[in-house]
Amino acid sequence: MENTIVKAENYNSYFGDNHVVKDVNISINKNEVIAVMGPSGCGKTTFLRGINRMHELIPGATSKGKILLDGENVYDMNAIYVRYKIGMVFQRPNPFPNLSIYENVVAGYMLNGIKVSKADKDAIVERSLTSAALWKEVKDSLHKKGTFLSGGQQQRLCIARAIAMQPELILFDEPTSALDPISTSSVEALFHELKANYTLIIVTHNMQQAARVSDRTAFFYMGELVEFDDTKQMFTNPKDQRTQNYITGRFS
Amino acid sequence: MDARIGFRNTKSILFKSVIIFFAFVITIPLIIVLLYIIKQGITQVNWHFLTGVPKPPGEKGGGIANALLGSFIMVMMASIVAIPVGMLAGIYLSENPRTKLAYYAGLCVDILQGVPSIVVGIVIYVWAVKPFGGFSAIAGSIALALMMLPIIIRSTEQTLKLLPDSLKEAALSLGVPYHRVILKVIVPCGFAGILSGITLSIARIIGETAPLLFTALGNRFLSTNITGQMESLPHVIYNYATSPYDDWHDLAWGASFILLLFVLTLNIITKLLTRKWKIQL
Amino acid sequence: MENKRLELSNDQLKWETIFKRLLIAMSIILVLIMIGVLVTLIVQSMPSIKSMGIGFLWGKVWDPVSNIYGAYPFLIGTLLTSFTALIISVPFSYAIAIYLGEYNPKGWLSDLLKNAIELIAAVPSIIYGFWGMFVLVPIIRSFELKIGVSPFGVGVFTSSLVLAVMIIPYAASLGISLIRMVPSPLKEGAYALGATRFEVIRAVILPFTRTGLFAGVLLSLGRALGETMAVTMLIGNSSLIANSFKEAFFGPGNTMASVIASEFNEADHTLYVSALIELGLVLFAVTVIVNLIGKRIITKFTNN
Repeated sequence: MENTIVKAENYNSYFGDNHVVKDVNISINKNEVIAVMGPSGCGKTTFLRGINRMHELIPGATSKGKILLDGENVYDMNAIYVRYKIGMVFQRPNPFPNLSIYENVVAGYMLNGIKVSKADKDAIVERSLTSAALWKEVKDSLHKKGTFLSGGQQQRLCIARAIAMQPELILFDEPTSALDPISTSSVEALFHELKANYTLIIVTHNMQQAARVSDRTAFFYMGELVEFDDTKQMFTNPKDQRTQNYITGRFS
Repeated sequence: MDARIGFRNTKSILFKSVIIFFAFVITIPLIIVLLYIIKQGITQVNWHFLTGVPKPPGEKGGGIANALLGSFIMVMMASIVAIPVGMLAGIYLSENPRTKLAYYAGLCVDILQGVPSIVVGIVIYVWAVKPFGGFSAIAGSIALALMMLPIIIRSTEQTLKLLPDSLKEAALSLGVPYHRVILKVIVPCGFAGILSGITLSIARIIGETAPLLFTALGNRFLSTNITGQMESLPHVIYNYATSPYDDWHDLAWGASFILLLFVLTLNIITKLLTRKWKIQL
Repeated sequence: MENKRLELSNDQLKWETIFKRLLIAMSIILVLIMIGVLVTLIVQSMPSIKSMGIGFLWGKVWDPVSNIYGAYPFLIGTLLTSFTALIISVPFSYAIAIYLGEYNPKGWLSDLLKNAIELIAAVPSIIYGFWGMFVLVPIIRSFELKIGVSPFGVGVFTSSLVLAVMIIPYAASLGISLIRMVPSPLKEGAYALGATRFEVIRAVILPFTRTGLFAGVLLSLGRALGETMAVTMLIGNSSLIANSFKEAFFGPGNTMASVIASEFNEADHTLYVSALIELGLVLFAVTVIVNLIGKRIITKFTNN
C-alpha cells in the first residue's frame, strides 16, 4: 500500500529469554495518529522502542521479525540512520541540561557534527518551536538553559527537538504521564496539529487520552496485539472480550 | 531511680566531652605543622628563590627553579597519559558495569590504588630506567601517571554513574552515534565531577617523592631534557632536608612552603568543583 | 541529501565500533598493567628467592657487603611502626567518626573539622617527614633522656607518632559515612526506651557499624604499611635487630619501605637489588591483601 508508512510483520521482542512482544502484525498509514494502549507490562513500550531500534540498546534485548519503514526493514538498515529518521519523545522530558533552548532544538544536527549555517539554524529553531507551540513563549529567551522551563514546556521543547530533524514518523512513549493536566492538554492539542505533517504513534496508559487524540487505537495485552481498529469503533464496540474488559475497567 | 538516671546522664555527658576532646585535639598537630612550615618557609620565598638554581653548599641564595620546572613538566606529561586513559577506562566501567572485564578491571583499579608508591617506583625502574641505562623525567612521569590512574578512573566512573539514563536515550534517539553521545553529551554533563577527580589526582602526585627516587631522581641544573634526570619539588625537599648544610635546609623549608601552597590550592579547587557538581545534580 | 546522511550514518557506525573497542582496550590495558606489576616484582625477585629461599622472611641479618639478606628486621620494623601508629590513631579516628557522624553532622563547626581532617590527608608525607626531623626529633630526644633510654630522637617511636597522625583521616572518613548510615528507626527505638545518647551510641550505633569500622581500620593499616618518605626520614635507618623491646621501640630501625628508599640507588650488585625488590614484593602482597579485605568488607556493608 502506497500509504503505509510503518508495517510490523511477525515482530517479536525479548529481554533475554523473556518473550515480551509476541508476533505483532500491524500496518500504519501516513499522517495517522495511532494510540497504543494496554495495562502495565503488556509490551506496548517495548514494541514502540523496537520501531526505532532503541530496544536493542538494553543489554540482553533482542528481537525477531520485520519492521518496515517505507517498505524497508529497519533491522536491515543502519541503526543510527533509523534513529535519525524516526523521532522519539520520552515519558520524562529530557532536554539536554548543558545546552540552551536554541541549542537543544538543533541538537540533532550539532551533536552529529553537521554544519548548518546560522541562518538555517535560526529558521529550523523558529519552525520547530512554532510547530511545537512553544515559539511565542520562549522566543526571547532562546539562549537560556532548557531546564528553566516548566514540565509541559520542556516536553514541547523535546518535541521541537525531534521535529527539527524532519522525521516522517514520531514515536511518543507516554509523553504526558509526568505532566500536570494543563500541560497535558497543551501537548494533546499539539498532536492534532502535528498530524498534518507527521505520523504519530503514541503509547499511553491513559485510555481517555487514546480516545481523545487518535484515529486508530492498538490494544496490547500480555505482549500480544489483541485489537487494532478505528478509535471510535474500538471504544464503543470492541471486537475482543479482553478489549471490552480493559475499556470497562476490569483491569488497568 | 532518679539517682540512676542522673548517673547515666552524667556518663553520657562525660562521653560526649571525651569524644569532642579526641576529635578536636587532632587538629593541633595539623596546625603546628602548617604554621611551622609557613613560618620557616615564607621568609625564604622571593624572586631569586623562585627563579634561581641551587648554589653549592656554603654559597647563599640558591633557588628551586629547577624543581618547579621539573615538577611542572613531569606532572604535565603524566597527565597527558593518565587523563585520557583514565577517563576512557572510567567510561567503560560506568557504561558496562556487569561485564567480566569490568569486574577484573575494577579489581585492578582497587589494587593499584593500594600499591605503595615506592613499589611503583621499583616497577617503573625496571620498565623504564634499567633498559634505557639511566634515570629520566619520562620514567618519573610514567610512575606518576600510574598513581593518577586509579583516582581518575574511579571519579569518572562514579560521576557518570550518577547521570540519568534519559540523557543518553535522548541523544541516541536523535540518531547520534554512541561515541558522540558519550563525548558530546555525557562527558560534558559530568564535566565538573570528572575535573574534580583530575585535580585531586594532581594534588596527590605533586607531593609524591617515593616514585621519583628511582626514576627521575633529581638534577641540580635547570633542565627541560625529558630523557635525563629532572628535579622535582618533593624530591628537592628530601635532598636538602637530609643534607648536612644549613642553607640547604633553608631552601627545603621554602620549597615545602611552595609545595604546601600548591597542594592546598588544588584541594580547594577540587572542593569547589565537587560542590558545583553536586549542585548540578 | 538523504544519501549524504546515510553516508554519514555509515561512517558513524564505523567510528562507533572503534570507540567501543577503544574503551575495552583501555580496560584491558589496566589489567595488563596490574599483571605486569606483579610479574615484574616476581621475576626481579627471582635471584633473591633462589638464593635465600623462604628463609629470607626470617633471616635476621641484612648485610649487603657480605651478600647476606634477611627480611626479619624490616618485618619487625614495619609491624612495630604500623601497629603502634594504628593503636594510637584508632581512638582519634573513632572519636572523629562519632562526632561528625552522630553528634554534629552538619554546620560550620562540623565542616571545619571535616576540612581539617581532609587537610591532614592532603599534606604530602615528605612535609611530615621534614617537619618531624627538625621539630619532633629534638623533642623526642629530650623525652628519651628523661625516661632513661638512648636519646636517638629518631626511631620506631617517632615515626609511629607521625604515621599515626597521617593515617587518621582514612579510618575517620569511612567511619563518618558508616555512622551516618545507621537507620534512624533503630536509634529512635532506643531513645524511646529512655536510653541516653551515650547508651544509644554504645548499644546501637557501634555494634551496627562494627564490621565497617574494622574495615576502616584496615584501610588505615594499608596506608601505614605503604608509607615511605615520612618513615624513612624519621626511623633512623638501622637494619640491626635490637636486643630488647625498649631498644627496638625507642631506637632506630627500618621498615620494608624505608630500607628500599634508602638503599635502592646504592645497590650495586644484582643480588642486592633483587633482595630489595623481594622486599617490595612482600610489601606489595601485604598492602594489597589488607586493602582488598577492607574494600570487600565495605562493599558488603554498603550493599546491605
